[in-house]
Amino acid sequence: MERGVVLLDFWPSMFGMRTRIALAEKEIKYEYREEDLRNKSDLLLQMNPVHKKIPVLIHNGKPVCESLNQVQYIDEVWNDRAPLLPANTYKRANARFWADFVDKKIYDLGSKIWRTKGEEQEAAKKEFIDCLKLLEGELGDNHYFGGKDFGYVDVALVPFYCWFYAYEQCGNFSIEAECPKLIAWAKRCMQKESVAKSLADQEKIYEFVLHLKKVFGIE
Amino acid sequence: MATGEVKVLGSWSSPYVMRARIALHIKSVNYKFIEEKLSEGKSELLLKSNPVYKKIPVLIHGDKPVNESLIIIQYIDDTWPSAPSILPSDPYERAVARFWAAYLDEKWFPSVTSVGIADEEEAKKAGISQMEEGLALMEEAFGKCSKGKGFFGGDEIGFLDIAFGSFLGWLRVTEKINGIGLIDEAKTPALVSWAERFCSHAAVKDVMPDFDKLTEFGKMLFPKIRALAGTR
Repeated sequence: MERGVVLLDFWPSMFGMRTRIALAEKEIKYEYREEDLRNKSDLLLQMNPVHKKIPVLIHNGKPVCESLNQVQYIDEVWNDRAPLLPANTYKRANARFWADFVDKKIYDLGSKIWRTKGEEQEAAKKEFIDCLKLLEGELGDNHYFGGKDFGYVDVALVPFYCWFYAYEQCGNFSIEAECPKLIAWAKRCMQKESVAKSLADQEKIYEFVLHLKKVFGIE
Repeated sequence: MATGEVKVLGSWSSPYVMRARIALHIKSVNYKFIEEKLSEGKSELLLKSNPVYKKIPVLIHGDKPVNESLIIIQYIDDTWPSAPSILPSDPYERAVARFWAAYLDEKWFPSVTSVGIADEEEAKKAGISQMEEGLALMEEAFGKCSKGKGFFGGDEIGFLDIAFGSFLGWLRVTEKINGIGLIDEAKTPALVSWAERFCSHAAVKDVMPDFDKLTEFGKMLFPKIRALAGTR
């Protein structure tokens, strides 16, 4: 069953990191292929013709697109180890809700923080922190969003942690000062090999963001 | 465990609310439908049950709320696991169904509403063109997912049928108001017959909004949304 797992990805992508973490949690061997997003491979365009985006998980020649779909697919196919979604159906719905919340809010707000200045940036920072505080509320006193065990929402959110340094530098603020519990959670996740090996180095992400700002002509 | 009373907070015109109700009908789960009078402001129960988004539909099972229509459908399928199944049983087919449902919500339906609120021809044309592209994709997806059967889910209505079919009311209204054919025999023959089958299905027909009522509602609603968008 583990034959032929390929991941088309781009090293700074938080979405790709989710899939990397899920594959690592399940100890699945796979081939990682780095895409140049300015020159997308024929394979990527063929496997994701609708969105033409990474990550794409290819299993036995068939593509699964969209990172949260990939994490669910991995959890369902390799269901004999390290479960990511809870067994209880209500907790499962709750996990899907918060992962979806991360998708709807965190990427766009984070992007706005490094792409904009002045009032627009301040507004993005405020909303970003408000969203992180909601997530902190959901985490409560638990070790992970999954409770005692690392789970689906943890996978959905933790990749953004390696982008926090870049957001802080660009936005001139401290996320830890506002959301200490969330940072403590992130550091706890980084103790896990699957997370530590899947996340990019935060300094390299910041360099990447500075490069993007130059390319887009953003100060 | 499937104990506890089931309620759905929603409104007759919302495709997202329809989704929750169709899923409950498929599973023969009794529920109480509580109509939110959106013109009168949001009820206490809605604000308490969905504090993050304050939107319908909300499914309340016992005293526990579930939000977001696609998540609600999956909750219903997981919690009442007896046949018929709503999600496909194969993980790959499940991933495909989820992919298209997300595409419809994030890309396709926004183009439908953009046509509704557009006040310039250019914007309207662009929206219609996007709608048509999406329908061509769904026609192709139907061929692959249905495998010669009557629904995206095969013999029975499934997750993607519900996700897509719930938009048929507003699609038809868009066709009527703009005098165009979007799902038609020439361009999307498979979707034409699928739509008929879907709308006449026992789990669907009582909650598909009345076409004339929805058209009138759209004619009243779109200018209001346009005006709000203009004031931002």
